[in-house]
Amino acid sequence: MNTLTFKNGVHPPYNKELTENKPVTKLLPKEKAVFLMQQHTGAICQPIVKKGDRVLVGQVIADAVASMSAPIHSSISGEVVDIREIPYAEGAHIPAIIIKNDHQYEEYNPIHNLLDYKELSREHIIDIIHKAGIVGMGGAAFPTYIKLNPSNYKKIDSIILNGCECEPYITCDYKLMLNEPIKIVKGLNIILHLFPNAKGYIGIEDNKKEAISAIEKAINDIGASDKIEIKILETKYPQGSEKQLIYAILGREVPIGKLPADIGCIVQNVATSYAIYEAVAYRTPLISRIVTVTGDAIANPQDFWVKLGTPFQDLIDAAGGFIKKPVKIISGGPMMGITMPNTNIPITKATTAILCLTEDAAPIFEEENCIRCGRCVRVCPMNLLPLYLDKFGRRNDIERFEKINGTSCIECGCCAYVCPSYIRIVNSIRKAKRNITANNNIKG
Amino acid sequence: MNSNTYLESSSPHIHQGISTKSIMRDVIIALLPALVASIIVFKIRALIIVVLSVVSCVLGELLWQKTFKQKVTIDDLSAVVTGILLAFSLPPSVPYYIPVIGGIFAIIIVKQIFGGIGKNFLNPALASRAFLMATWPAVMTKWTLDGISTATPLELLNNASPNLPSLWEVFIGYTGGSIGETSALALIIGGIYLLYRNVITWEIPVSYIGSVFLLSFLFCNTGTPFIFALYEIFAGGLLLGAIYMATDYTTSPVTKKGKFIMGIGCGVLTFLFRTIGQTAEGVCYSILIMNLFVPMIERHTIPRTFGEVK
Repeated sequence: MNTLTFKNGVHPPYNKELTENKPVTKLLPKEKAVFLMQQHTGAICQPIVKKGDRVLVGQVIADAVASMSAPIHSSISGEVVDIREIPYAEGAHIPAIIIKNDHQYEEYNPIHNLLDYKELSREHIIDIIHKAGIVGMGGAAFPTYIKLNPSNYKKIDSIILNGCECEPYITCDYKLMLNEPIKIVKGLNIILHLFPNAKGYIGIEDNKKEAISAIEKAINDIGASDKIEIKILETKYPQGSEKQLIYAILGREVPIGKLPADIGCIVQNVATSYAIYEAVAYRTPLISRIVTVTGDAIANPQDFWVKLGTPFQDLIDAAGGFIKKPVKIISGGPMMGITMPNTNIPITKATTAILCLTEDAAPIFEEENCIRCGRCVRVCPMNLLPLYLDKFGRRNDIERFEKINGTSCIECGCCAYVCPSYIRIVNSIRKAKRNITANNNIKG
Repeated sequence: MNSNTYLESSSPHIHQGISTKSIMRDVIIALLPALVASIIVFKIRALIIVVLSVVSCVLGELLWQKTFKQKVTIDDLSAVVTGILLAFSLPPSVPYYIPVIGGIFAIIIVKQIFGGIGKNFLNPALASRAFLMATWPAVMTKWTLDGISTATPLELLNNASPNLPSLWEVFIGYTGGSIGETSALALIIGGIYLLYRNVITWEIPVSYIGSVFLLSFLFCNTGTPFIFALYEIFAGGLLLGAIYMATDYTTSPVTKKGKFIMGIGCGVLTFLFRTIGQTAEGVCYSILIMNLFVPMIERHTIPRTFGEVK
């Protein structure tokens, strides 16, 4: 079978061998769990519990009335000991609910009836997904119920499950595909039930042979091969980027300023599909996920099945702690992950990995003059001119930045990865994009 | 409670490991076969001129940056590359002050005054060669081989001279000419290395050499068109210019379409210089003229963004 792909991109060292052949360890939080009030793209949640309350597993502890939000559930039972702002990435402070673990894991709604989704209406299923707090689990954390409810839902012809996991080091989706292929495919069945005219695709990179056979077997076992097809993709970064994945599988380009739904397709991460199945079939909210703990600073890199809210430090300890001094603690992968100021940061719905890198693996270079080598242009999967976006971004020349479609940048980092002058291209592009968004908000 | 704080920075957090220095090192490696060929053909004198030129370029950069209290960047090796390319474009018989003055001119006047690496709008080696041509035309056009005055193959070709070396001699490089341009074989080997190492892309050299070949073939005025066209591409500075100079990052377009325009533009100009001009050469001025068009070419060849609907 020939592998599909997109144009340009890079082949970084994948370093997945650190964790890919180890089993997933189940891990419970030690003394507390911390729930950030912002775990998704959209409105920040408000706590609906107060200090001193006892909460149970699966109980909603925060919600928002805004149109784009997802409720947050407790993953443990125990007492709310504090509600305060905690330091987060980039100097931000985010309100959080801190719950002391009573280790009882008493459940809020212990009835887990297996429900037949086929008897539920479209609106009902979307409501279940909303109430389960499900967001995109690949990193972007967009509320899933909104993505599954486009106005033109009858025109959606393709649902793509993203099992690419193109970021180096990370193996959480791979492990989920190995451990729960049936539930992932059944989750896709539920999504397909919402879109009467759609066909399902599961895209996996060709370096994940075992996941490909596990998913293939699952599709056959549940007799879904007539409407679900597996698509094998070239192992190349950023293959798992939504637009690049759609192009690779369907040959369609999402027009600038439009959404995938506008060209008839919707992409969900495999972990999101699993969460949808758990929510619709068993009414289980999103309170746990697989997280890869890895990097050259970690003693025993591995994947953990972990409760949301578990502090990074608990996972790092469970992975044997540090064998070398890390310079960066990254939430996510080395290409797009976000550096965290400390290890008290908790696991959120979209935390795919805790990557602890030493200075050898994540060297810090001084920026040099751009020599116009054009490497950034050749690797850009959006076919942009990163060297000019960087220049215009730094000068705050928003007009020219927008004229060459700077806002289309997906911040994948290919340009800065190859830049021989170590220019932090993504950083200046990101800043320019934020300025544009802020200006647009002011203009209203 | 863990109170360690860690470094916060923008993604990506890993790097491919290719630096300006490693790129320049690859260019130097690619130029070594031509250097060896030049020493075989022109003896020790070729090496002395290369060394003088390189030392002048590097010292020129060092002095400028020290004087103006700038960060010293001589270890990026770009001045070494400029020095070699300048020496390669000089006749082997030039007096020793020529590479020294040329090196200093290339680095100070053409490169550093405009802001150093990445900021110059002309290729430093070529602009310096043009300056030397204008100032010392006699020594810059005096060609020798084995200590005897000779004409370059292109001059002989233009005059339909019976002394024209065989195509094989031209390809191997045992002919008169500038230090680095004589051996087509050595230049092609280096070019293949640069392509293999992804230092250059094929668009500029192929469209440049291709258009000179095609035009020479179509407008051949002596002998068989195919042989004439082969002489035109193997003799003279075309391969040196097309592979190592027209591809100079700073002074060539970054866009794919732009690279074709650059290559074809250089090719057409070289052909015109060679056929209409009074000089047998034309590579140097062709590339310098196209250098000036680079910003304009880039503005008009911005690639279509993924998802852009025009």
